[in-house]
Amino acid sequence: MLALAVPLLLLAAAGRGRAAAAGPGRDALREELLLSPLPAGDVAATFQFRTRWDADLPRGAVSHYRLFPKALGRLVAALGVRELHLALTQGFWRTQAWGQPPLQAPAGAELWVWFQPSVTDVDKAWKELSNILSGIFCASLNFIDATNTVTPTASFKPLGLANGTDHHLLRYAVLPREVVCTENLTPWKKLLPCGSKAGLAVLLKAERLFHSSYHSQAVHIRPICRDASCLAVSWELRQTLTVVFDTFSSGQGKKDWSLFKMFSRTLTDACPLASQSKVYVDISPKNKEKELLEVTPLPTSVYEAIVQGDKRSYAVYDLLSPSLFNTSRSLNVQFKWKRPEDSSEMPIPVLHAQRYVSGYGLQTGEISTLIYNTHPYRAFPVILLETVPWYLRLYVHTLTIITKGKENKPSYIHYQPAQDRRQPHLLEMLIQLPANSVTKISIQFERALLKWTEYPPDPNHGFYVGSSVLSALVPSIIAMKDMDVEESPLFTSLFPSSDGSSYFVRLYTEPLLVNLPTPDFSMPYNVICLTCTVVAVCYGSFYNLLTRTFHVEEPSRGGLAKWLANIIRKFRGVPPL
Amino acid sequence: MAAAAALAADEAERARGRRAALSFAAIAVVLGLPLWWRTTETYRAALPYADIAGLGRLPVSERRERGSGAGAAARADAAAAQFQLSVPVAVVFAPGSVPRDLPRPLPFRDVQEMEIPVNVRTSVMSCYEMLYRSTTAQEEAALDVATAQEADAALHLLQDTSLGSLTMYVVPETSPLLPQGINAYVGKHRSALVRAVGTLPALRSRLQQLTQVMSFTASSITAALSDRVPDGQPGPDARRNLKSSLGYEITFSLLNPDPKSHDVSWDIEDAVNRYVHPVLDKLSLVANFSVDSQILYYAVLGVTPRYDKESSSFLLSAHSLPHVINPVEARLGSSAASLYPVLNFLLYIPERSHSPLYIQDKDGAPVSTNAFHSPRWGGIVVYNVEAPAAPQASLPLHVDVDMVRVMEVFLAQLRLLFGLSREELPPEFLLESPGNEGLADWELDRLLWAHTVENIATVSTTLTSLAQLLDKIGNIVIKDDVASEVYRAVASAQSAMDKLATGHLHPAFQASKEAATSSERAFFDPSLLHLLYFPDDQKFAIYIPLFLPMAVPILLSLAKIIRETRQKKEPTKMD
Repeated sequence: MLALAVPLLLLAAAGRGRAAAAGPGRDALREELLLSPLPAGDVAATFQFRTRWDADLPRGAVSHYRLFPKALGRLVAALGVRELHLALTQGFWRTQAWGQPPLQAPAGAELWVWFQPSVTDVDKAWKELSNILSGIFCASLNFIDATNTVTPTASFKPLGLANGTDHHLLRYAVLPREVVCTENLTPWKKLLPCGSKAGLAVLLKAERLFHSSYHSQAVHIRPICRDASCLAVSWELRQTLTVVFDTFSSGQGKKDWSLFKMFSRTLTDACPLASQSKVYVDISPKNKEKELLEVTPLPTSVYEAIVQGDKRSYAVYDLLSPSLFNTSRSLNVQFKWKRPEDSSEMPIPVLHAQRYVSGYGLQTGEISTLIYNTHPYRAFPVILLETVPWYLRLYVHTLTIITKGKENKPSYIHYQPAQDRRQPHLLEMLIQLPANSVTKISIQFERALLKWTEYPPDPNHGFYVGSSVLSALVPSIIAMKDMDVEESPLFTSLFPSSDGSSYFVRLYTEPLLVNLPTPDFSMPYNVICLTCTVVAVCYGSFYNLLTRTFHVEEPSRGGLAKWLANIIRKFRGVPPL
Repeated sequence: MAAAAALAADEAERARGRRAALSFAAIAVVLGLPLWWRTTETYRAALPYADIAGLGRLPVSERRERGSGAGAAARADAAAAQFQLSVPVAVVFAPGSVPRDLPRPLPFRDVQEMEIPVNVRTSVMSCYEMLYRSTTAQEEAALDVATAQEADAALHLLQDTSLGSLTMYVVPETSPLLPQGINAYVGKHRSALVRAVGTLPALRSRLQQLTQVMSFTASSITAALSDRVPDGQPGPDARRNLKSSLGYEITFSLLNPDPKSHDVSWDIEDAVNRYVHPVLDKLSLVANFSVDSQILYYAVLGVTPRYDKESSSFLLSAHSLPHVINPVEARLGSSAASLYPVLNFLLYIPERSHSPLYIQDKDGAPVSTNAFHSPRWGGIVVYNVEAPAAPQASLPLHVDVDMVRVMEVFLAQLRLLFGLSREELPPEFLLESPGNEGLADWELDRLLWAHTVENIATVSTTLTSLAQLLDKIGNIVIKDDVASEVYRAVASAQSAMDKLATGHLHPAFQASKEAATSSERAFFDPSLLHLLYFPDDQKFAIYIPLFLPMAVPILLSLAKIIRETRQKKEPTKMD
């Protein structure tokens, strides 16, 4: 354990929390930043901005907004949205190397929405919603249509308050081809009450954020209980942003880092509207040895928690505490390794997965998924969701699930076959993972031929198949205490654990890139020209035959042959011709 | 002998060849061409081009000379060909106010026509259908009260309440109802009190002035038609007024650029319920309204105000105001969920380092309301926070916005944007304040007149440009539903004009709204764009490999046949 020889300044979070003043219809903002060093010198920075509004979203013609952004509020109210989760991601979170992510998202754009039971035409609302969101976030979400939308039955449960979980009200879509860039970040920042002018958001400088190994920004809206008695509903908007910086390669081989090095900015104040503004630095020792790392300046407090089955300790900087800015005007958290790192091995996460395409040629192929359970003695079930576009024709009879050399029969399976140009394949399975095992799931497919107008630009690049989703309650190695969910930092409150012995994990596998047989795109014109030539030749000879005038040719006298023949005849004494 | 037979056979063979060539040509023309035409044709439903052209001409009718003594038939003829607005006006004479020179005994009807010139070529006919009568006993009782306000309220119960119709009560010259020096009083509803004058022409001119105030004036009609008539000289109203639309979104935004020093709260919910809703309820006939509010932090104006040492305040001069809006606009956020125009009303609390902030007008004098509006966009009010008495007062400073002061300005701006400004009137006219409703009935009528005219003008512009576009680009597919929208728009626009000419304002407005909706829907129908881009060079690239080899032999043999028949004819002529 890291020994901090400082009196812990346990300052109440309500230092200047006047924004959370009592009264109905009040709203509060909490901002948090979690910095966690990853093995191999990467640093993950996770921002979370929680806006909580103690009011039901207005449905009428009049609505009044304060901290909650009007654009999203109007959208949720107008389209009858119960829960909305949108993530835009660039890059892939390497679970094996980086450990369990706080909140992973698949590469590209992911959108899943639960609608209110009062919505009659869910498909229409879904279409309208994706179009409006694409306008708000400048993303190509308008490409979400029936061919990439599915309705999972088990994988995505509402994260907030919900009376019923009729999965017909759920829509899920992933656009793996979507590229995330500055134009998506700017509207996301605009939704923050303080914009990027104050508080933690000043660190969100686009040129640094996109110079990273992984960038994922998300918006989660859900209804939550207003208080412990849960008689009234509050709405919560979480804006999260996760970046992974490769400090090792950018810091001349040193793994030390600071806020300024990563973001080229430092923190000067908290957002004046926030009731909580904290920076957490993960200082958990990686192995049992003594302190290896050092953070400066001294943190205001140290917080210990069990997060995702792992004991963690965090150095906490409370930006609302006045003592923090006493000595210097700005906060630049620095992190130093005390001695050259002997490449501490990150414990391999309990659950991780891999996926790849195999096979050769352009006709058939196989999708294989490997799921690892590294827990030494506990088996647990996992729900696997696969969405495969219709142009890869899955053969369900080839579905094999093999664990430790034996067939593993899924206890629940939901398969919805694709319809050409109408809906994708949806395969959901509940698979039991034995302790310390690898499960291989493979299914064969055939590649379909598309119509020539259906090919996207640059079809030789390949076609993306979105990540498959693994959802599991992973048994914890260390028993977890029941914590105050609302007070705990970051994402623990988004997926509250039902009991102390397990925690919820949602993982996404790699997206796949599959080549389809691609035609020569000048072919239609060639076909036209060839057909026309054949028709013209046939027609020409036919025409010639019918209109040509034939007349009998009078045999002509003379000619060399006849003359020669006559000479020969004369020699033979036969009369000439 | 044999030669002759051969020649005959040859001739027969040649004739067969000619017939074959001719039948090839005939098949190509009779069967091939129609087949090609049919299979490559774009579907174009028939559109009422003549009606659209008629609609396009109507508001811009040619001005013509007409003798004052024209016959009724000629007048009806002219009226049918022109854009005519008629206002039913009832003139009610209280006892003792009847002019001496009435042409006929009461009651009688009379029609007054007036031409409103929009520009050199264009004019709109306005027609006042006057009904002169004397008061009924009830009305007499209602007029027998102490003040004009009471009379107005009492008379309201007796009136014909249809939109657009006006009632003028002529009271005796010595009536105590009207204050000294006031000759006309316009009430909250659709009636006015007029002081009698000696002769009918004098009364008429006063009545006409009053009717114009209460229905429409030349300038309001010109403003409504300003988009239709490009060479007209639009006044400030024309540019300021909001375009007629089916709905509007009103957004109140509180801009707090300095949340560290000011903790501003505003009771917008109560203010909207108290001040905005009554007005919008009245206006709900005109359009749908939705109201919302938001608070934006760290939203700054685009210009840095100038420090004035004399008054130790910051000044924003009139010429820098145009630059204020743009940076703010990016933060406002458009309403993604609807297509209606947005009206923005911003309350700006200046930063502590820039307050107090005052807006200067063109002459350099501070604007008393400290507010300005931007045409067709909305308004901004700058609200200065008083510096705390004790300079050591802890920051942030809690500020409660005085909503009465702010909403007063916002409502005035709202009226301005809707073209409901009270125009300059002669001093002897007294207008009753609309009170809590924010809008008098006759002001609503004014709005409806202007919007109806504007809707019709918009419909005719939309349809005319659609017709021109479709006429110009032959590739555009016109589907049946687009055509039916166009027919519906034309029919609704015509019915709106008929209703206007007969003085039924409300149905006319409804019809004009329908026409506007239909015409917009037809114009923006996505099916129009499907085949828009199909360039000719590609067409030829596909046709030529087939058409050229087929057409060349046919044409050549036809040419040969023609040449041969000519040669055959020539020797017979020589004989």
